[in-house]
Amino acid sequence: MYTLVKIELYKIFRKWRTYIGFAAIGVMVPIIQIAMYFEGAHYLEFMTRSFKDSFVFVGNLLNGYLIAYIILGSLTIHIPFLIALVAGDLLAGEATAGTYRMLITRPVSRMKLVFAKFIAGLIYTNLLVLFLAVISLGLGLIIFGVGELIVIKDAIIIFAQNDILWRFIFAYASAALSMSVVLALGFLFSSLVENAIGPIVSTMTVIIIFTIFSAINIDFFRTVKPYLFTNYMSTWRLVFDDPIDYNEIIKNCLILAGHIIGFFGITLFIFKRKDILS
Amino acid sequence: MQKVIEVQNLTKKFKDLTAVNNLDLNVYRGDIFGFLGPNGAGKSTTIRMLMTLINPTSGTIKIFDKPLKQKRNEILKKVGAIVEKPDFYGYLSAYKNLEILGQISGCDTSNKRIMEILETVGLETRAKSKVKTFSHGMKQRLGLAQALLHDPDLIILDEPTTGLDPQGMKEIRELIIHLAKEKQKTIFLSSHILAEVELVANRMIIINKGTTVVEGTVQDLLNATNLKVTFELDEIERAKKILAETQWQKKIESFGDYQILFLLEKNEIAPLNKFLVEQGILINSIVPKRSLEEYFLHLTEKGA
Ligand SMILES: Nc1ncnc2c1ncn2[C@@H]1O[C@H](COP(=O)(O)OP(=O)(O)OP(=O)(O)O)[C@@H](O)[C@H]1O
Ligand SMILES: [Mg+2]
Repeated sequence: MYTLVKIELYKIFRKWRTYIGFAAIGVMVPIIQIAMYFEGAHYLEFMTRSFKDSFVFVGNLLNGYLIAYIILGSLTIHIPFLIALVAGDLLAGEATAGTYRMLITRPVSRMKLVFAKFIAGLIYTNLLVLFLAVISLGLGLIIFGVGELIVIKDAIIIFAQNDILWRFIFAYASAALSMSVVLALGFLFSSLVENAIGPIVSTMTVIIIFTIFSAINIDFFRTVKPYLFTNYMSTWRLVFDDPIDYNEIIKNCLILAGHIIGFFGITLFIFKRKDILS
Repeated sequence: MQKVIEVQNLTKKFKDLTAVNNLDLNVYRGDIFGFLGPNGAGKSTTIRMLMTLINPTSGTIKIFDKPLKQKRNEILKKVGAIVEKPDFYGYLSAYKNLEILGQISGCDTSNKRIMEILETVGLETRAKSKVKTFSHGMKQRLGLAQALLHDPDLIILDEPTTGLDPQGMKEIRELIIHLAKEKQKTIFLSSHILAEVELVANRMIIINKGTTVVEGTVQDLLNATNLKVTFELDEIERAKKILAETQWQKKIESFGDYQILFLLEKNEIAPLNKFLVEQGILINSIVPKRSLEEYFLHLTEKGA
């Protein structure tokens, strides 16, 4: 099994599309950071305008933490696309290339092959989120330094400098879990067809539609909202609450994990019986 | 003799199309088994079922006396195959492709072994080239390498010579014979060219529309069928008259402007030739065609 995963990872990292994700993050994040470096003061002023009169802000508010927080919030719809790009290709890519005929005729069960691919995909997903963390937080802290984190939700919350890092670690972990759901969905779609385009587009379509549904505040959508997994993809924000509602976070994470297992289970079920005609 | 492949009542339906229809097959140890049929006869579909790529609609497959469905992995350890056209990871080298496939199979993937197998198929100098730079014939050779890598007992080849040059075809033929004779491998060779199979196979089956047309040892099938022999000559009218009074008359199939078509056994060709020459009729050429081949061509034409 270890060998199979290693081989699948090797295949993933020998493909160009894999690096699109890393390149996109590697370019986008520094650009946001540079823009913030020059324009950040305005942005911060705009953000805190309504509180200006009642608070006096002191210290370095435009710091690495704030930038990382903003970046994490603004990229949650883009990173799924980067994940889908690889996820959609994992199985369908073998069909397109005709390599299923070599792969599936080896003396290894289909279940193991699919499992190895899935694990490799999960590793890619987590590496991508880790890369995001390192670039946005690491680079951010180098450019902007440390400071208190100001988060504006219903109320304004300010976290002390020594109370922030662990929150980010949990935030990235839960973002990684959310992105793994995207991977699992893309993987499922990938098992159905013989070309990677379909799964990539379908995965994004599902995410966009679900996200729109979650955002519309009428009764019907409020009723279905709990059933849309996208609703739980912003769980990372809950880590920046005070006090933290741990029950809610655990519940959300379990729901996300449930989706991963569910999607993968369906993939296995389909793939074990599938006629390989490519 | 031990059966290596035993197929019974094998059927595969694609929606309303029956690609393989109640097919029975027996391949014995050491056979070079020719699996013939025109385009769309169901050869690749059968091979896909043998390799567990697709599920039979009904029927049973046993390989090495074990049920394929239950003992898939155990069986496939000892089977190597090319299924339809050989496709590889184009962005990886020939060497890396073999290494990966070998590792998945759990066989020896040492540098020595991989280079040895690349040498067998004549690709050793291109080991490090990416497969996407390969010609079709080179991919076909790599396909063969991949099928032989884990030293299988049964080798299933789906039209392995398509895309090869004459030299390559000859090499593959020799390799197939070598594998069967020296290494005691069993070979299942699909093709739509009778002449090609005839040269190497000891037993064969011809299928069309998913069912058996004829089956047997190559020798029996070839002996059982008469030859259609075309004699090409100039003095057609005189020959007609001379033949009319002889026993050869009833062997005549038809006349052309410059040919007479006979249906003969092999050992009748020489006496007939001698007879005509003695009568002063000069023969320009003699072209024999086996009726099995005719039959097969007929199938192929219908299939195409
Ligand atoms: N995926 C599929 N869906 C529907 N029909 C199919 C499919 N694959 C094959 N067939 C049909 O099954 C029949 C047998 O096809 P198959 O590929 O087994 O023929 P073959 O003997 O290998 O021919 P060839 O010499 O051209 O390779 C054909 O009529 C073909 O159209
Ligand atoms: Mg075929």
